[in-house]
Amino acid sequence: MAKVLGNSEFWRGLFALIMFVLLWEIGSRWKEMFGYSLPYVGLLPAPSEVAVAWTKVLPKWGYWESWYMSFKRVLAGFLAAMLIGIPFGLMLAVNKYFRDIFFPPFEVLRPIPPLAWVPASLIFWPTNEMSIAFVTFLGAFFTIVINVIGGARSIDVRYLRAAQSMGASQWDLFSKIILPGTLPSIFTGAAVGMGITWEVVLAAEMISGGGTQGSGGLGFFIWNSYMGGSLPQIVVGMISIGIAGYLSSSLIRIIGARFMPWRRLF
Amino acid sequence: MNIAIPGQPSPVQGLAPVAKPTRGQISIKNVTKIYDPEGVNVMAVDDCSMEIAAGEVCMIVGPSGCGKTTLLNAIAGFHSITSGEIRLDGELLCGPGKPKADQGADRIVVFQHGALFPWKTLAENVAYGPMVQGKLSKKDALEKAHFKLAEAGLGDFGGKYPGEVSSGMARRAEIVRALINDPAVLLLDEPYRAMDALTKSIMHESLLEVYDRTKVTIFFITHDLDEAIFLGDKVYVVTTRPCRLKKTVEVKLPRPRNFEMLSSEEFRVLVSEINEAVHEEAIKAFQSGEREMA
Ligand SMILES: Nc1ncnc2c1ncn2[C@@H]1O[C@H](COP(=O)(O)OP(=O)(O)O)[C@@H](O)[C@H]1O
Ligand SMILES: [Mg+2]
Repeated sequence: MAKVLGNSEFWRGLFALIMFVLLWEIGSRWKEMFGYSLPYVGLLPAPSEVAVAWTKVLPKWGYWESWYMSFKRVLAGFLAAMLIGIPFGLMLAVNKYFRDIFFPPFEVLRPIPPLAWVPASLIFWPTNEMSIAFVTFLGAFFTIVINVIGGARSIDVRYLRAAQSMGASQWDLFSKIILPGTLPSIFTGAAVGMGITWEVVLAAEMISGGGTQGSGGLGFFIWNSYMGGSLPQIVVGMISIGIAGYLSSSLIRIIGARFMPWRRLF
Repeated sequence: MNIAIPGQPSPVQGLAPVAKPTRGQISIKNVTKIYDPEGVNVMAVDDCSMEIAAGEVCMIVGPSGCGKTTLLNAIAGFHSITSGEIRLDGELLCGPGKPKADQGADRIVVFQHGALFPWKTLAENVAYGPMVQGKLSKKDALEKAHFKLAEAGLGDFGGKYPGEVSSGMARRAEIVRALINDPAVLLLDEPYRAMDALTKSIMHESLLEVYDRTKVTIFFITHDLDEAIFLGDKVYVVTTRPCRLKKTVEVKLPRPRNFEMLSSEEFRVLVSEINEAVHEEAIKAFQSGEREMA
């Protein structure tokens, strides 16, 4: 912590953030101060109004339930994508027959944006919840698989040769060379996949408009605020999502650093 | 013939002398290797023969792209040969009916750019061979690895990752990683190529120390004539592509070697003798426009 406080980068960042909020405040209060409103910026709720709206929703259970629901969906889709995507990608990378069979359909499905799957999966899956989970899963899955394949196939042949000449079995090669050698790409894929997952979850929540207040998640929270005409609350939802995304990617960074101690050097 | 070297303590003084080496004799007979990517034949090695004695430090010198790495890869079992045969201690590695040698811990390669696993610490790297071969438990292997690293002057670095140490240390650790498997042959492919002269001389010193201690056969590819003579028992000058043996020069400098030999008359004579042969080939390579390989 002391290190952070002594860091001029930190102070510059904080200063920039404060300036940004200040300018925004002035911009949206222009009318009160000067009698006419600025184009566009004048329409925005001031940060102070947002803060007030936020304090109003903070004690409400619905707001936290939105957080919880969105996080749950993101994590479910993301974990499923990791659990299926990593072995699938590794198999594609190391086994020629597997690749011959599964890569072509994979490549045809991959360019379809996750949101294009929403209507079909709403029809296909019995519940809204399942369709959201499925679309979320797809969002992260393709990215993770592509990163795993790329990572596994770009492992330097010298490592494989060195390991083999020291007597490594096929399993040793896989578990001690290919897997750790692919980890950096797995985490890159995870970070990108996590971002996509949030996008998809929010969009799916808005589209499917999940019934009651909280169970709709943060996406529905925003949509609901929009329907209710509460501009500050829309911004509250947006910032909440920003924070949620930041927390998720920090989590991946922390886990990544734990799994890849050698990467702390870079 | 012996040159008097005053005041230079030998790095191995006091160590028990190693018995005359009995392993690591390599016999390369009429080896040819033709690469055939999509029907474009590239003849990298042509009817090349060499006899390398057990415990010999064999230095291969030749122009870039002439096929030296190809030869080394054939010995290591990384790829097949087209014809001829290679034997290690009389046993067929590859030859008629068996185009590709099996990879094995009796021949360990130290690569041009180093190949320590970046995701393992130096000690874990060194422990890798005994562990995957099931010779030692993980705990014992690591213990032995730390011991071997300490022996090579890397005692404080066992817990570091390769990315945290200098290239010189990494290369030394890689040699420790090779030697812990007790190989018959060390195959080194221009291991010190990218290093500055000072680091290089430290590398030479430590390799010589390792050699004097183990008398392991060393098959060493280099561009550097001084390095070839300083380290080697024999220098094999090979031709521009396709690789064939052009000239063998015996280096009769006594062991242990030391840096003062570099300025001896005998050393200079050897340099000019080898240089002549290498230069001829370099000109041929240059005129054929052979592209340098990294
Ligand atoms: N896998 C390969 N396929 C086709 N040609 C190759 C391959 N590897 C090397 N060569 C060619 O064989 C020749 C010898 O290469 P190499 O043995 O690496 O040379 P050196 O190590 O002496 O510099 C070069 O012309 C190179 O282009
Ligand atoms: Mg080479």
